[in-house]
Amino acid sequence: MSTTTTKDSRSREKAPAGEKVADWADGRLGIYSLAKANMRKIFPDHWSFMLGEICLYSFIIIILTGVYLTLFFHPSMNEIEYHGSYVPLQGQMMSEAFASTLDISFDVRGGLLIRQIHHWAAIVFLAGMFVHMMRVFFTGAFRKPREINWLFGFLLFVLGMFTGFTGYSLPDDLLSGTGVRFTQGAILATPIVGTYISMFLFGGEFPGGDFVSRFYSIHILLLPGIMLGLVVGHLILVFYHKHTQFAGPGKTNKNVVGMPLLPVYMAKAGGFFFLVFGFIAMLSAVASINPIWVLGPYRPDQVSTGAQPDWYMGFAEGLIRAMPGWEINLWGHTLVLGVFIPLVLFGLFLGVIALYPFIESWITGDKREHHILDRPRNAPTRTGFGVAWVTAYMIMLIGGGNDIVATHFHLSINSVTWFVRIGFFVGPVVAFIVTKRICLGLQRRDADKVLHGRESGIIKRLPHGEFIEVHEPLSQEALHTLTAHEQYKPAEIGPAVDENGVERKVKGSQKLRAKLSNAYFGEDNQIPKPTAEEYKEITSGHGHH
Amino acid sequence: MSSQDIPEENLPAERAADEHGAVSVADEKHPFADPGLPPHEHRIQDIDERAAKRSERAVAFLFTMSMLATVGFIAAFVAIPVDEIVYIWPLGHISGLNFALGMTLGLALFCIGAGAVHWARTLMSDEEIADERHAIEASPEDRAKVHADFKQGAKESALGRRKLIRNTMLGALTLVPLSGIVLLRDLGPLPEDKLRHTLWRRGKLLVNMNTDEPLRASDVTVGSLTFAKPEGLEEHDHEFQNEIAKAALMIVRLEPKDIKDKRELEWSHEGIVAYSKICTHVGCPISLYEQQTHHVLCPCHQSTFDLSDGARVIFGPAGHALPQLRIGVNDEGYLEALGDFDEPVGPSFWERG
Amino acid sequence: MKKLSARRRHPLAALVVLLLALACTGGLYTVFAPTDEAQAGTTAQSLAIDEGKKLYAVGCASCHGTGGQGTTDGPSLVGVGAAAVDFQVATGRMPAQQPGAQVPKKKNIYSQADIDQLAAYIASLGAGPSVPTEEQYNPEGADIAKGGELFRNNCSQCHNFTGKGGALTNGKYAPTLEDVDPKHIYEAMQTGPQNMPSFPDTTLTEKNKKDIIAYLDAVNSDDSESPGGLELGGLGPVSEGLFGWIFGLGGLIAVAVWVAARTAKAKKS
Repeated sequence: MSTTTTKDSRSREKAPAGEKVADWADGRLGIYSLAKANMRKIFPDHWSFMLGEICLYSFIIIILTGVYLTLFFHPSMNEIEYHGSYVPLQGQMMSEAFASTLDISFDVRGGLLIRQIHHWAAIVFLAGMFVHMMRVFFTGAFRKPREINWLFGFLLFVLGMFTGFTGYSLPDDLLSGTGVRFTQGAILATPIVGTYISMFLFGGEFPGGDFVSRFYSIHILLLPGIMLGLVVGHLILVFYHKHTQFAGPGKTNKNVVGMPLLPVYMAKAGGFFFLVFGFIAMLSAVASINPIWVLGPYRPDQVSTGAQPDWYMGFAEGLIRAMPGWEINLWGHTLVLGVFIPLVLFGLFLGVIALYPFIESWITGDKREHHILDRPRNAPTRTGFGVAWVTAYMIMLIGGGNDIVATHFHLSINSVTWFVRIGFFVGPVVAFIVTKRICLGLQRRDADKVLHGRESGIIKRLPHGEFIEVHEPLSQEALHTLTAHEQYKPAEIGPAVDENGVERKVKGSQKLRAKLSNAYFGEDNQIPKPTAEEYKEITSGHGHH
Repeated sequence: MSSQDIPEENLPAERAADEHGAVSVADEKHPFADPGLPPHEHRIQDIDERAAKRSERAVAFLFTMSMLATVGFIAAFVAIPVDEIVYIWPLGHISGLNFALGMTLGLALFCIGAGAVHWARTLMSDEEIADERHAIEASPEDRAKVHADFKQGAKESALGRRKLIRNTMLGALTLVPLSGIVLLRDLGPLPEDKLRHTLWRRGKLLVNMNTDEPLRASDVTVGSLTFAKPEGLEEHDHEFQNEIAKAALMIVRLEPKDIKDKRELEWSHEGIVAYSKICTHVGCPISLYEQQTHHVLCPCHQSTFDLSDGARVIFGPAGHALPQLRIGVNDEGYLEALGDFDEPVGPSFWERG
Repeated sequence: MKKLSARRRHPLAALVVLLLALACTGGLYTVFAPTDEAQAGTTAQSLAIDEGKKLYAVGCASCHGTGGQGTTDGPSLVGVGAAAVDFQVATGRMPAQQPGAQVPKKKNIYSQADIDQLAAYIASLGAGPSVPTEEQYNPEGADIAKGGELFRNNCSQCHNFTGKGGALTNGKYAPTLEDVDPKHIYEAMQTGPQNMPSFPDTTLTEKNKKDIIAYLDAVNSDDSESPGGLELGGLGPVSEGLFGWIFGLGGLIAVAVWVAARTAKAKKS
């Protein structure tokens, strides 16, 4: 109490207005102690650290434009005859949802723009999250203490997929309706409860009259509400952990080097929001997205070729397209493996990347904090695994668009499907091996550079006739940066018998871990980085190049 | 799973700050030592006031552009009719209003962002600062204090001792969400046998989707493709969408000699066969009929069926053949159904059997 | 060479090599990819015969048989009618370079008079649909909205929402309907060329066909409107996704690189 009074009396004397307001707020919210730690918070500069910002800003854009759209959209499946201004649909029967989306596109000034910004921002949001996740994965930024934030991010990606799906299903057009039908078919394939879930979700038989209004509350309230909470949590953790940084001169695991939030990052990050928004607005001015008026209203007996979901569901679409039609009929029941296996694979495939941080930390047994990022080459097995995962994902994306691929590259759709079926198993293995080889090659080159300097490309002839390539020694900064990464030793199980000659019991999990650890850090799986002794020997021995 | 079973020495040695941290100097002993933050270099704007002025003007220019663009946005909103189509190369015939609003709004926002970033990059200090990190884990004292506090609290609540309270409370908390789940029951009806029946009945005429007229056998020529719905189902009907989702038919005529499946021939009328239009995979309306191969392909997931052989699956993810509707001809020459489908149409489900 | 070897180690060298490799791959693809561009010119000179039967004997009989009865290489033409001839020959599909499931559209080498003579000959083999008159396929006054509904019911499953084409089984495809003469669309519906099923007047009336042509004219012609901007091929989410990744996210990453990049230092300038 007394401090407040003195502060008040102090400020009343000659403090500027801004300070007075801040004092007022501090007395009620305690903003000074919050600002003390954060106002000059340091953020390292790297373009890849801004991928997350792209996601955050497109999420904000989606919320802003989404609110606008709710003012005009009617989430109703009542069938009406259309008499709006789009001639090629006049007189057609359609749901109110579809008709109101047509109105937004053709009769509300700026409505089309907002719709397109909303949809383009969603495409960019999901693509941004994908790339952001890959950045975090390949640099090892998910390691302690950031595993929980990795899970938050992962959940945001998955929820984003479903928010996107429920969103593009709302206009009740022929394309999205086909997607909803597919979803209903997939739900039916769930053993035991499938038929019930389908009846409850759709309020009866497909399509029924309920799914638009139900998807609507899921799309605008339930999922975005959870996502907003996760985004806030994600950001709090980013602030709390402080950002990771790449190795370099002056950068250690115990500091963070960069520019302060106020003013540089306030301007850069704040400015970047406007850049992202402006960019997406211009994208929406020049490129059409989801032109529902040419797709037509949904009818369960009509369809168009090229029926794909938005890109982020494309990999699920690929799984379902590539799967052979297995179906088991036993004791009066049907197990629809042709649909159910892709459903399970979809979950497993995403789940493995979500749990990866925990798998890796189990293998390394490393419980320390990590704030210095790995270069992908310095973690060859992790990088190989990540590239294998992305390869499988991409092959399934091709599978999801197999008809478009077939027509545009003059291939047979059956061959494309077979390519996807085989590629899903072979592609990741090849990608893993190739990536790992490349990483090890790059590690060797780094070691070489450290020991022998940079190859300058200048060929010199020595007096006795020998040709040599002149190597420029590296700067101290470069030497440090190239040797800053840590290298684990593979875990060993230990001797098979203990000191008394009695056979030691080794748990299966420990054996597995030793094997995995060897695959990560064994002799052929990482190149030992040069030691100071090696360097000194070479530089002192024949230091002429 | 604890860290104990990995020996400490397998963990890489951390480069301790005291070994060669930010203050250490690269010397003979540590050739790879951290030389510390490189000295700050000045930008042109830091040393040349004219360059700084140029930057200032550039930032101000961008902010001014933004203001003009917003004025342009409002002008476009007022001036351009919502239905005006303009030709803009290379975009094509597009909505003038959408283009104008999008470009002006985009420019207005982008210029603010570009101005702010340019300001930050050229005029704000670009000196890199190092900030210390602190361990996230609490100190041992704090840890001990929290544990002690918790134990104290737990003890005072006597939750561990008074088992009756604990068990009944857990029971109550477990049961109470059930009400919420039970409330979801009325989201929809029970499945019963809804998925097994369609509108088709014995004697129902096959109505051409295009003309809304009943189909005559003579209308359907070899190699043609026609879609049909049951007589009496109209587009304005309340249940139209639900019914057509099950009853939609695909009618083709094959030469009877081309039909390999005996039952298919029996259920046809002189080679006119009626198959469900709804794919048995996940329910897309399947209808990419190739009249020479008699294959029909689903555009969604490429299940391929052979219409000359009982519509069996020859490629793709569908698990069973398309259901066939048994048809005949009435006295007046119109095609009619001879009953409902004898199996559920559309995607498989658990109870299908 | 010295310059080259010196630049071999340039940080951008890898990028240059990558671009070269991509260019080579593209080049190889064009060499090995199946070409469906027609080499129709060679037979053109030999076809200067002015009567249908003679034209037929030269251009068609080898596959369809001397009397149009059909062989293993080509179907019977008895009863296909003049409309089928007009469609197949005027769009350049017939005579085919080689028999096969899919005979692509190519440059037509016959004059309309030749085609009419051929059509008259084929029509004389057996009754079939005749070439439609302009009045039949002229879209004026037709119901575009009804045409759209009919199109989505009968056509879009193969030809896509707005007639951009799509894939069929084993390398066959439904061609794009862009820039196709309304007359040929009419004939195609009537006669069902190649693997396309036919939509005879008995099931898809003359008026229905006219409506469909009117719809296509509205949504798939050179001056069709695309209010939202670039149509992106009209292929739906695949091309939208690609565009979003490459130009949307790609553009934003380019912006991010600028935002995060160091400003030029005084020393260097």
